[in-house]
Amino acid sequence: MNAPDVRGSRVEAGLAHPLDFDSPRLSVQKPAVRYDVQGERSDADRVASAVSAFTRDFGRDVATWLESCIHCGNCAEACPFYLATGEAKYTPTWKLEPFARAYRREAGPFAWLYRSLGMRSKVTVEELEAWQELVYDTCTLCGRCTLACPMGIDIASLVGLARHGMAQAGLVPHELWAVSERAAREGSPLGATPAVLQERLEWLADEHEVAFHIDLPRADVLVTFSSIEIMKYPLSLVATARVMEHAGCSWTISSAGYEATNFGMLAGSADWQRRMTMKIIDAAIACEAKIVVLPECGHAYSALRWQGAGMLGRPLPFRVLHISEFLAENLASGRIRVRRALGSVAFHDPCQISRRGGATQAPRDVLAALGVELREAKDAGDLAFCCGGGGGVIANHRADELRYRAFGIKMAQLDATGADAMVTSCSNCRQSFDDGSAHFGWDRSMGSLLELVADHLDGTAAAGPRAGVHAGA
Amino acid sequence: MNTIALLQFARGPGLAIAVAVFALGTAWRLLHLLMRPSRRDLSAPRSTKTVRGALRAIVAKSWHPASIRERTLPGTLHGYAYHIGLAVIVFGFAPHIAFIARYTGLSWPAVPGWVFALAVAAVFVGMGYALMARLTSSVLRLISGFDDYASWAITLLPVVTGMAVLTLPPDATYPLQPLQPGPLAVHLLSVELLLIWLPFGKLSHAFMAFVSRGVTGAEFARKGVSP
Repeated sequence: MNAPDVRGSRVEAGLAHPLDFDSPRLSVQKPAVRYDVQGERSDADRVASAVSAFTRDFGRDVATWLESCIHCGNCAEACPFYLATGEAKYTPTWKLEPFARAYRREAGPFAWLYRSLGMRSKVTVEELEAWQELVYDTCTLCGRCTLACPMGIDIASLVGLARHGMAQAGLVPHELWAVSERAAREGSPLGATPAVLQERLEWLADEHEVAFHIDLPRADVLVTFSSIEIMKYPLSLVATARVMEHAGCSWTISSAGYEATNFGMLAGSADWQRRMTMKIIDAAIACEAKIVVLPECGHAYSALRWQGAGMLGRPLPFRVLHISEFLAENLASGRIRVRRALGSVAFHDPCQISRRGGATQAPRDVLAALGVELREAKDAGDLAFCCGGGGGVIANHRADELRYRAFGIKMAQLDATGADAMVTSCSNCRQSFDDGSAHFGWDRSMGSLLELVADHLDGTAAAGPRAGVHAGA
Repeated sequence: MNTIALLQFARGPGLAIAVAVFALGTAWRLLHLLMRPSRRDLSAPRSTKTVRGALRAIVAKSWHPASIRERTLPGTLHGYAYHIGLAVIVFGFAPHIAFIARYTGLSWPAVPGWVFALAVAAVFVGMGYALMARLTSSVLRLISGFDDYASWAITLLPVVTGMAVLTLPPDATYPLQPLQPGPLAVHLLSVELLLIWLPFGKLSHAFMAFVSRGVTGAEFARKGVSP
C-alpha cells in the first residue's frame, strides 16, 4: 500500500496558510506577505489586552523573579542566540523588558507611585511589535539562561508567560499563529487530522505488519503522538506500537486525543493550549488509562506533565510519562528486553525533557540498556545547548538565519564527539537537525531513541493481535 | 548647622530614620510578594523535598556550572571581591564593631589591619571593574538603567567617605570623641543613604537573592530539575 497523500486532505483548511511538505522541516509555506499582526483592532485595544494578560500572570513567583534581576548580564553568556550572534538585544533578561515594565507599572510594590507620578510609561504597541522578534524568534524557551542567573530567575518561564500578552494582543508571528490556529480548528497543527491518522495507521500496519489499537473503550496506557511524527517520521508510530506490543501493554490510541503537540502553548494562547491539553486528558479519563505516554516531543512533555493538572483544575488521575521514561522503566523492570546495539552514540537532550523536565537520566538508562557507548557532547545533559528550533521558532521562516546560527553551536559540539550515530527523544529536534544539516551540508542525521529501541527488541512480542488497526467501538 | 550638630543628627534622628526606612521598605517588599496571588501547582511532583531544593539552590546559585563559568568567571570573581571586601569592612573593622556594639551589645574580634587594607583594595578594584564592565559591555550598557549606576555610587560612597575619616590605625578602637566630626558625619550620612536606598533599588538583592533562589529551587526540586 502506498503512503496516503496527506496534501489532499487539508486543501480547504490550508487555503490561507498551506503547509509545506517539501522542506526538511514541517511548517506552513513561506508566506509571500507576512501577517504578524492578527485581526483588525485599535492600538489601544491591543495594548490593553496585552497588559491585562500580563497582569493576570503577575503571581507571587513571577513577581519575585521580576523584582530580582540585578542586571549582571550573565544570562547572555548561556543563550545560544546571543552566543551565536553577539547581539546585545538577544540577552535573555532584555527579552523581558516590556513584561517587566508592565509589572512595575501595574503590579509592582510601588506601582501606585509610578502611575500617579507618571514615572513609568505604558508599553506601546510599537514596542510590543518590535518585541515580537525577541520573545518568539530568538527564544526557544530552552531555559539555559536560568542556569546562568545568580538570582535563580526562571527567565524561560517568564518569556513563556510574556507570550500570553502577545497572543492576546494579536501579535504572534505569522506561521506560529497559523499552525496554532490550525491545531485549534483541526486538532493538529500540521494536518494530522483523525482521518489522516487513520489512513496512516492503516498504511503503516499493512506496510510494517504491526498492530495498532485505536479507540479501545478500556486500556491501561493511552499512547499519544506528535503530528511531526505522524506526518514526517511515521516509523516512530511503528516503533511505538512494537514497543507497546513487546511489553504486553493494554494500550490504545484515541482519535479524540492523540495529538500531543501544543502549539497553542508556544504561541501564548492559553485557550488553545487548554483545548489541546483537555483532549488528551478527556481521552485518558474516558478509557480509564493509568498512564499517558507522551511521544518524542519536548514541549508536549511540558504541556501535559507539568501544566496539564493546572488545565484540569485538579491532579491528573493518571501518570504522565515521556516515551523515554516509559522505555527506561520497562527496561529496568524487564518487561522490555533488548539486544545489544553496536557502536557509539551521542545523545541530544531536548531542553523541555531534560533541563526543563527533569527526565535527563531516562534516555541514558535506555542507552545503557542497549549497551551502546554513550559519547557525551560538551555541555550534555542539563547544560545542553538547544537545537535552535524549540519554542515554536522552527515554524517561523523569519527566524531561519538566526536559528541556523544557534544550531551551529550544537552541530559543532555533536561533531566533536565523533560518535557513530546521534539520537534524541524529540521529533521537533529531529526536524531541526534535518533542516540544519541540509542548510550546512552536514553529513549527519539525528535518529530517534525510540526507534533505536524498537529496532533492537529482543525475541518475539508478547502474544497480541495480528497486524492491523484494531478499533474499539 | 555646624559639624557637631550634623554629627549629632547623623548619629541620632538621621540614623533612626534610615533604619526605619530600611526596615519598613524591606518589610513592604517582602509583604508585597506574599500578597501576590499564588496558584497551587497540581502536577504530580517528582520530589517533595522542596525545602531542601530551595536551600540547595540558595547555595548552588553562588557559583556557575563549569561551561557557563568559562564565560562569566572574571565578572564573578570581581563580584566576589567587592562583596567579601564590603563584608570585611562592615563587620571586621574595629570602629564598626564598636559602633554595632554600642547599639546592640554584640561584639566580636576585629580583623588585622592588613586584612582590612586588603578588603578596601578589593572593594575598589572589584567595583571599578564592575563599572568599567557596565560602561564597555554592549550587553550591560543595554540592560543598565539609573538604578544600576545609582546603586553602584551609593554602595561605594560610604567606603570613600570612610577613607576620609581614617586618621587612626585601622585596628584602633572606635573613638568616643572623634577628632574629625565633619568627615565622620558625612560618612554616617552616606551609610544612611545606603540604608534608605537599599530596599528600593537593585541593592535589595541583599535579601531578594535568597527569596528568588529559594522559589526557583523549590519549584525545580518538584520537577527533579537542577536549579
